[in-house]
Amino acid sequence: MLVIIDYGLGNLASVLNMIHKVGGNTIISGDPNDLLSASKLILPGIGSFDHGVNQLEALGLFPVIKEMAAKGIPILGICLGMQLLANRSEEGRLNGLGLIDAEFKRFSLEIKSPLRIPHVGWNHVRVQKYNPLIPNDGREQRFYFTHSYHAVCAEEADVLATTEYGYPFASAFCRNNVFGVQFHPEKSHRFGMEMIKNFLEL
Amino acid sequence: MLKHRVVPCLLLRKGGLVKTQKFVNPKYVGDPINAIRIFNEKEVDELMVLDIEASKTNREPNYDLIEQFAGECFMPLCYGGGITSVNQAKRLFSIGVEKVSIQTSALANISLVTEVASFFGNQSLVVSIDIKKNLLGHPKLYSSATGKILDQDWIEYLKMAVAAGAGEILINAVDRDGTLSGMDLPLIEHAASTCSVPLIAVGGVGSLSDIKAAVKAGASAVAAGAFFVYHGPHRAVLITYPKYDELTALLGS
Repeated sequence: MLVIIDYGLGNLASVLNMIHKVGGNTIISGDPNDLLSASKLILPGIGSFDHGVNQLEALGLFPVIKEMAAKGIPILGICLGMQLLANRSEEGRLNGLGLIDAEFKRFSLEIKSPLRIPHVGWNHVRVQKYNPLIPNDGREQRFYFTHSYHAVCAEEADVLATTEYGYPFASAFCRNNVFGVQFHPEKSHRFGMEMIKNFLEL
Repeated sequence: MLKHRVVPCLLLRKGGLVKTQKFVNPKYVGDPINAIRIFNEKEVDELMVLDIEASKTNREPNYDLIEQFAGECFMPLCYGGGITSVNQAKRLFSIGVEKVSIQTSALANISLVTEVASFFGNQSLVVSIDIKKNLLGHPKLYSSATGKILDQDWIEYLKMAVAAGAGEILINAVDRDGTLSGMDLPLIEHAASTCSVPLIAVGGVGSLSDIKAAVKAGASAVAAGAFFVYHGPHRAVLITYPKYDELTALLGS
């Protein structure tokens, strides 16, 4: 069973609705035992980095998620969930899960840039490597974003997709069975539906 | 490249959808769930639902109804109306709302903005600012809950809301509401020039070129009510939304 990780942060209902929409089954849980018996995990989340780390720690989920990742269970982090998969973020002082060798930096835009922070809205996602979630078949891929920090991957090979906001940044990354997306597939119409369906079919 | 968002803004009153003119005379325009389903099918960028009576009557959000909305929205949903505490915001997020819009409580005490932003991040919070012209034609901060023009300088208030943690500012030209007569471009320009977070402009959209003009004036997103729910000179209720290709041609990809 796919488990949506409930750690008190984030819009779990939206992820649940999307999974039901594409015909999947899931439960929402923050119980380590449920996570340990999951076939897949989704780590959603909105809010600040350290708050997210603290909440995962408080529920004893840090070692559980790491264990499941090591076992090869597919894990998808969304938005803050993606950020928590990385080593650290400029937003906070605590360490993330460290499943992807990346850190998150605040958008650094030129003073004269008309762009504003947070990066909010629909933007293009350009696939950088073959992956099972987002097809790289020339079709337009656009997703809804809302964030102020973005991934910087230590390994170029981990970058799944990039998006342009002032400059290109890694809007999705993956290493083996661990995936992270900065955008919100659960709120991105048919583009998100297709991606979530692909994750369910892994 | 980031698209400029075009956002239907739906007004809720006693569980039904209404449309006002200059913030008065709410006219019933239909069942909200039906409307949201249609907007979902049309792949709108985002949806905003504002309960125009909650704060006036000191009522909490209608969570059951909002949860049904969220279940139909496969795009971001912003809800505003009657939010007075972090716990209420938390409950709204937990039932599937992405963003909350706060006006009345923020006018009373800006610390709610800071509290919500610190718990849920500033991207989850829109501060709604209504602007009405006074008798001399000067734009003034307006409280929709009391129907009164306020003394505080609106630009100073906007800056304060951003400093307090607003992730976006919704600026509503009360005198243009429901008129389909075009947006208050000087107001949008003025707001955009001092607003460091995304600015959503609303009030007066009557055509696609009005949307383009607002974007040119500096809006990150443009919201509209009457333009998306009325059709023709007799204001027949018909839910519409431009096709993606039309918007791309209008605003760039």
